[in-house]
Amino acid sequence: MPVAQVGFSKELIDFISEWKQKPGSLIMMLHRIQEEFGYIPREAAERLALETGMPLAKIYGVITFYHFFKTSKPGKNRIAICLGTACYLRGAQDLVDESRAILNLKGEEPTDDGLFSIDEVRCLGCCGLAPVLMVGNEVYGKVTKDQLPEIIAKYRQQ
Amino acid sequence: MINAKINGMPVQVAEGTTILEAARKVEVKIPALCYNDDLEPWAACGICVVKLEGSPKLVRACTTPIAEGMSVITNDPDLVQTRKTVIELILSTHPDDCLACPRNQECELQRLAAEFGVREQPFPKMLRGLPVDSSSVSLILNPDKCVRCGRCVKVCQDMQNVWAIEFLGRGANTRIAPAADVQLNDGPCIRCGQCSAHCPVGAIYENDQTREVWDQLMQSGPEAKTCVVQIAPAVRVALGEAFGLKPGANVTKKIYTALRRLGFDVIFDTNFAADLTIMEEGTEFVKRFTNMATGKEGPLPLITSCCPAWVDYLEKYYGDMIPNFSTAKSPQQMMGAMIKTYYAQKAGLDPAKVFSVSIMPCTAKKYENGRDKTMWSSGQKDVDVTLTTRELARMIKQAGIDLVNLPESEPDSPMGPNTGAGVIFGATGGVMEAALRTAYTLITGQELKDVNFTGVRGLSGIKEASVHIGGTEVRVAVAHQMGNIAQVLEMVKKAKAEGKETPWHFIEVMACRGGCIGGGGQPYGCTDEVRTARIRGIYDADEGSTYRCSHQNPYIQQVYKEFLGEPCGHKSHELLHTHYESKPLYLK
Repeated sequence: MPVAQVGFSKELIDFISEWKQKPGSLIMMLHRIQEEFGYIPREAAERLALETGMPLAKIYGVITFYHFFKTSKPGKNRIAICLGTACYLRGAQDLVDESRAILNLKGEEPTDDGLFSIDEVRCLGCCGLAPVLMVGNEVYGKVTKDQLPEIIAKYRQQ
Repeated sequence: MINAKINGMPVQVAEGTTILEAARKVEVKIPALCYNDDLEPWAACGICVVKLEGSPKLVRACTTPIAEGMSVITNDPDLVQTRKTVIELILSTHPDDCLACPRNQECELQRLAAEFGVREQPFPKMLRGLPVDSSSVSLILNPDKCVRCGRCVKVCQDMQNVWAIEFLGRGANTRIAPAADVQLNDGPCIRCGQCSAHCPVGAIYENDQTREVWDQLMQSGPEAKTCVVQIAPAVRVALGEAFGLKPGANVTKKIYTALRRLGFDVIFDTNFAADLTIMEEGTEFVKRFTNMATGKEGPLPLITSCCPAWVDYLEKYYGDMIPNFSTAKSPQQMMGAMIKTYYAQKAGLDPAKVFSVSIMPCTAKKYENGRDKTMWSSGQKDVDVTLTTRELARMIKQAGIDLVNLPESEPDSPMGPNTGAGVIFGATGGVMEAALRTAYTLITGQELKDVNFTGVRGLSGIKEASVHIGGTEVRVAVAHQMGNIAQVLEMVKKAKAEGKETPWHFIEVMACRGGCIGGGGQPYGCTDEVRTARIRGIYDADEGSTYRCSHQNPYIQQVYKEFLGEPCGHKSHELLHTHYESKPLYLK
């Protein structure tokens, strides 16, 4: 039973105690948690519920509403494929489908070895390079389907 | 006051009245799906759209307050078409299995589709194929049928303050589920069933166990058992609604006949067990109250424990207050224990050959009958199956019994005859009033001249009263509708923390608004108007009773003499009392 058995950094604890009484700060606290863990573990959500007195259901309502918040641990290399208008029109959906096929993934869950996960995201801010994807902090522009194996292989070797 | 027009008819209403409410004043019905009288409107479905004269915009009647000089058009061919389109869009994500749906003919979406003459489905079907959650013994959640009106979420969060379910996801992927997608049974759900009573469609409904009961009733040969049934106080003033009678119509004696015709061998009345509960709980209270100074009989306030949804809530949310909880079992479980011990002995039956069924206004009772090992106090499961009022209505219809015109009959002895104190258990404040009637006699040794404690009756969420018994003041509080309870308990805890005297000596709590008459297993369409009528039916039955105090019931006296000994005695503790333990909100 996952009840508050997760460790929070001192900064995170301070942040939560500073903001928990103020209305409308749930999203901000969730941001901090995701910053610390890379996603929002169930245990962390439970601990937040306990510390804020907020029902867990309310927290999950928010987590699952916003695409930004993740409930499962992302892969070591997070592939973010832009599905904004420009990228979509230039075939980004094919990139999603193809990279999922290569990595044998269905949704946002990471690969079994934990190396990769794929996220569909909205505009990455470089529409001129559409279609765009990012691996970690590296941006790849004007990507075509046949470039994907090479890009993925590069990170697999790292 | 505001003067406006609805379809050209002048209407005068108080400021803040919505268009939908104002329209009712001039007999204009504006259709809606997410709107419900118990809940704040929140404009989810879009069916209640109306036009304002001189404006091309459509506004939602449920949330738009009517304004001075406003001229509202609620109906024209254009609006009908718009509403029909909304219904068709909802149907495009809703399965077409009405014939096999638990809400068939009682579904608000089906009714709207019929009223608006939906004859084809112009939009492609987009079913989500989400799995059915049947983890709970009380309730089944079928997210594929959900129209995302949000009533269940509002009820669970705003009315009940339980937060068992929430909208998860967004847009087309929005679903109603417990946090982290755990199953209903593994989360904070207290099984009150108010979600099922408010759901307009078949997305959340009671776990129908009529098959199990039919199977046993039709059993012959070595597998046959003596089928004993009990009916709860609140069932009698609501069942009639399923047969076209007005809310509050008391059909007790027709139910007895119907149960016999269904094949039950012995008909008992939970009212009798309510009398028994009063003897036990009343005695428990008197012991604690008269030993207040030492506290050796337990702390005050004493809090009632008849409501299984409330028991579950307390175990999950207020584990620290368990010592204040009455250890007396609920009437359902007392009756179950007595059927398989006292009655079985008396009738010369092997308890293993007795099948015990209860008819309850409640979905949580299905959970209560297996809550812990004290529910097997006879050595067998004391109550084998619990059916809700809605399930009983279904069985009566299946059996072709014309309930409305049935002859009346009496329950069986010795656990049928009951008092007015037993029947008022069905309404909020009833347990308190019944307990006070008997506590008065237990403390003073005298009978009350006026047994009516009207201060604890009615629909206000929290009621307080102070009663003088034998020169001492007894302060009581009654709370119903789960969301109202925290306030009462927090005040008790605060007084305790500050070392002050407890604000009340005795507290009654019922999870559902109005008490059991508004239970989650009652016929659909419960509003405050319906609750008031059902409560009226309950108090009328009380007033018409020969005995109005539990201790006056000659059969109760007989049971103690022949079998139990004294209230809160050794045998009572074995059969009629239970215990509680603190539980986590989430099991998974």
